[in-house]
Order: sequence, then structure tokens, then C-alpha cells
Amino acid sequence: MANIEDAIAHRESSLLQRLLSSQAFLVLIAVLLASVALHFATNGVFSSDRNLFNITRNATFVAIIALGMTFVIITGGIDLSVGSVLMLASMVCAKVMNAGYGLEIGILAALGAALMVGFVNGVMIAYLRFPPFVVTLAMMSIARSLGMVTSQNTTISKFGPDQASLLWIGGGSLIHGVPNPVLIALVLTAICGFVFWFTRFGRYVLAIGGSERSAEATGVPVRQIKVAVYMISSFSAGICGVVEVAWLGAVTTNLGTGMELQVIAAAVIGGANLAGGSGTALGAIIGAMLIEIIRNSLGLLGINAFWQGTFIGGAILFAVLFDRIANYRNNG
Amino acid sequence: MAVLELTNIEKHFGAIQAVSDVSLSVEAGEVVGLMGDNGAGKSTLCKMIAGNFMPTHGKIAIGGKEVVMHHPVDARRHGVEIVHQDLALCNNLTAAANVFLGRELMTGYGPLSVLDYKGMYKRAGEIFAELQSETRPRDLIKMMSGGQRQAVAIARTMLSDARIVLMDEPTAAISVRQVAEVLNLIRRLRDKGIAVVLISHRMPDVFGVADRVIVMRRGHKVADKKIDDSSPEEVTGLITGAIDTAV
Repeated sequence: MANIEDAIAHRESSLLQRLLSSQAFLVLIAVLLASVALHFATNGVFSSDRNLFNITRNATFVAIIALGMTFVIITGGIDLSVGSVLMLASMVCAKVMNAGYGLEIGILAALGAALMVGFVNGVMIAYLRFPPFVVTLAMMSIARSLGMVTSQNTTISKFGPDQASLLWIGGGSLIHGVPNPVLIALVLTAICGFVFWFTRFGRYVLAIGGSERSAEATGVPVRQIKVAVYMISSFSAGICGVVEVAWLGAVTTNLGTGMELQVIAAAVIGGANLAGGSGTALGAIIGAMLIEIIRNSLGLLGINAFWQGTFIGGAILFAVLFDRIANYRNNG
Repeated sequence: MAVLELTNIEKHFGAIQAVSDVSLSVEAGEVVGLMGDNGAGKSTLCKMIAGNFMPTHGKIAIGGKEVVMHHPVDARRHGVEIVHQDLALCNNLTAAANVFLGRELMTGYGPLSVLDYKGMYKRAGEIFAELQSETRPRDLIKMMSGGQRQAVAIARTMLSDARIVLMDEPTAAISVRQVAEVLNLIRRLRDKGIAVVLISHRMPDVFGVADRVIVMRRGHKVADKKIDDSSPEEVTGLITGAIDTAV
């Protein structure tokens, strides 16, 4: 072969083709088109600073966990416990700070609790080979109950000496005009994107989703990586828990109820395949944005809030339909 | 000198004698067909060479030195590479990513290093060129033909200085046209001086590419002869037991 260089450089499709076949990109286009349409439909209310601020901040909570969930979904797993872990982490943070400890201790305790839950999930799934659905379903129940035990089911709204700095994390903005939660989500997206593209770990997560047996046969430490992805998922729920308590200024034990479904929806809409093997960090963020825009716009357009579920469910089905079509094209 | 030498190898699983007193040797640049019916012990034998099982008795020597292998990683370190029957590929990754799976090239310094895409595409491309395969490094496995997939799996064995390549039924699941392609890949490995052990059920493949055929039956080696001195009829008889042992 005279032209090795050509073979090495050969791409199956151009950049534009790849963009157009990327689910995250198409959803992004949908988000932008919807935004333009909503701008006119609501006489500019949709695109007012205040409303955009609300959308980005609300989407942030789902987005942060969707990033972690994307790791799990790429391996072909699922984590139903994130909503409960979010509440547990918030509660631990609140309780510790309420007892008079500083902000750092509160955050460390919250993240530690989240990591522990993820570790237990991961070990049961990777080493004992329990199905992820069942393990995390059980953990969803356990983590919420532990949060209730911790707080005796009361609301905590006093956070000791560091209360002001905690509330700044949720309500302030380090960079002018960008709410801190959004900043945190952006930094986490960049980190996750880097991990997927440039590290062995990211490559192995994708490989496990492609074929766990093949990954194992080629020497990928499959079980350790599976434990790690559940820890990442829980960790992201823990971060979100801290940010959410900092934003709300109070924690109740129904915080994060049903959140796992929104998070999974965001990841799936953004292109993560529940069968494993595909998904991106950016997709998770874009999926979360789309969900929030649907919710927000229904409110602005004066459509009864009961319709929200139908629209979000429809978006999920569209995402799956798209995935089917893309697969059909690839294999057909 | 033999690259691979087994001496009086036995393997028991409880009361079951899977492999009994097998001795064989394979030279560099030689292709040996290992044949036998299901349960004849050829898989077990290969798994001992690949480090999956330890032999109950006997010695394995690689490159003239006796080795004890507890794990497939040990075998790989001694220069034994395996092409699994299912190829162990990930459909969602590129050819290059699959070739380097578990052994990625990194660039940068220590903990700050990142995946070396450029280096991996380049090296994979060179290996495919060497194999005279039309597989391209950036193509996704799910878009590939059976023959191209085989090339990716075989390319893996060429990353390190493999001395022995074990191939488990490489032509079992591909179309007739692609079989020729795979047999050519095996010849490429042989030309590089690699010893190839080809486990196969398919008589035409073994007679097409192997220099020697070893037949196993019920855990025993019942034949070990040059391909030119044997015939498909004889080998079939040896496999089924219609012929007791080869002369």
C-alpha cells in the first residue's frame, strides 16, 4: 500500500456529517429553534435576562447529576438512587453545619456520604453481579430513609457560623452575571468531557459499554471501573445536593424526589444510549437544558402544568426514535 | 529452536482428565493446526498456553526457558498473544482504539499524560499496512466486514513482540470470501517469524495454511505430522477415532 498516510487520515465521514448524526448537536439545534420561537411567542418574556437566568440555574441541578449519570449509562448501567443521594448529601451537609462545623467540613461530609453510597452500589453491581436496576432501586429507598433518620424528618434551615458562605455558593456569582451553580456545572462538564476524550478511564468506560466481555479479555480492569462510575454518579448527586441546599437555604426530606427520572431523561435526550456504549458530557447538559426549556415555556405560554410530563415524555421518545433511525442507517 | 515447547502436560479438573500427557513443540515461523472434536482437549491445552489454567503436571517452555503462568497477563509478558474466537472487539470504538484497548499509548508527562490519538492512529495504520489489510484506523468496528474485524484482532498481537499467536476458530463466523483474507493474515504473521497455533474445525483452512497438524482426541495427542504427509481423510479419521493413531 503506497498510501498509508491516506488510510491513517481517512475519516468515515466529514465533520459536518458527524455533527449532523450527533444526537446532542440535533437537540442543541432544537433547543435554539425552540428558544427563537418562544422569544416571539412570549413577546420577549422568554428571553428576558431574568427568565434565562432561571432556566440556566434550574437546568443546572439536573445537568450536574446527568453528567455523572452519563458515565453509568455508557457502561450499560443505571443509577436510580441519585435523587435520594442528593437529599442524603444535602441533609448531611445541613446537619453537620447546623451542629456548628464549618463549610468545608459540611461539604466534605456530604460528598463523603455520597461517595460511600456509590461505592456500595458499585461493589454490589461489579463484584456481586447484582443487576444495577435492582441495587440502585434498593439504594434509592435506603438513602432517602437514612436522610430521614438523620434529620428526624424535620426541615433544616440554620447552618451555623458559615451560613453566609454556604448561601453564597448557591445564590452568589463568582464571575459577574454567571450564577455559581451554572459555573460549577460548566466546570464539571469540561472535566467530564476531558475524561471521556483524553483519559484511559474514559476510553475504558466506553469500551465496557461496547462489550464488557471484550473489555475484560483485553485486560481492562472492568470491575474497578464499574465501581468508579457508580461512585462518580453518586458524587455528582452529592455535589448537586450541596449546591441545592445552598440555593434553597433549607432542606426537607422530599428534596430530589423523582429527580432520577429527570436526570436519566436528560442523559438519554442528550444521546446517552441505555444499552451502553455511547453518550457525551455535552449531551447531558444539552438534554437538561431541553427539559428545562420545555417546563419553563409551558408555564410562560399559560399551558396547564399537568401537561409537562407529556411533553418531557414525548422528548424522551423522540430521542429514542432518533437513536433507532441512526442505528438503522448504520447497520442497514 | 522451538519457540513453544510443552512436555508431558496434563490437566485434571477433579476426576476429569481433560489433557493427558501431551508433548509438542512449535518453531518460529511455523503454523500448526490444532484439531479435534468438541471436548478433545484442544481448548484446555490452549488455555494453559495462554495462562488461563495452570497444568496439573508437565512443563511449558517459551523461547527455551521454562515458564510458570498464573494469569493471561503473564502469558502476554512472555510473548503469547491470543486472538479470541469472538475477537473481543468493542463495536462502538474505532479500529485503532480496539487495537490498543488495554494498552493505550499516552502522551505527556506522568499523571498529566493524555491518550495519544495521533500516535495510535499512526501505529495502527502501519500494522494494517503490514498485514496488507484495507482496514483503516479511524473506522468504527460496527461498520466493518468479518475479515476486517479479524484484521483488527490480529493487529493487536503485533503491538508487542509476540512470539506465539494462538488463534481460536478464526474462520468460524465469517463468509467464505473473507476466509481467504484471514488465511492471508495468518501467512503474514508466519512470515514475520511468529509461531501460530491455529485451532480450527475447518479442514480446508488447516490444510490451506498450516505446516503441521496436531490432532487431539479425548485429551491425548493422537497425531503430529507434516501437512504434506497427511490428508484431510486421515485427519478426519483421527478426529473421530476411525483411525487410532497416526503412523
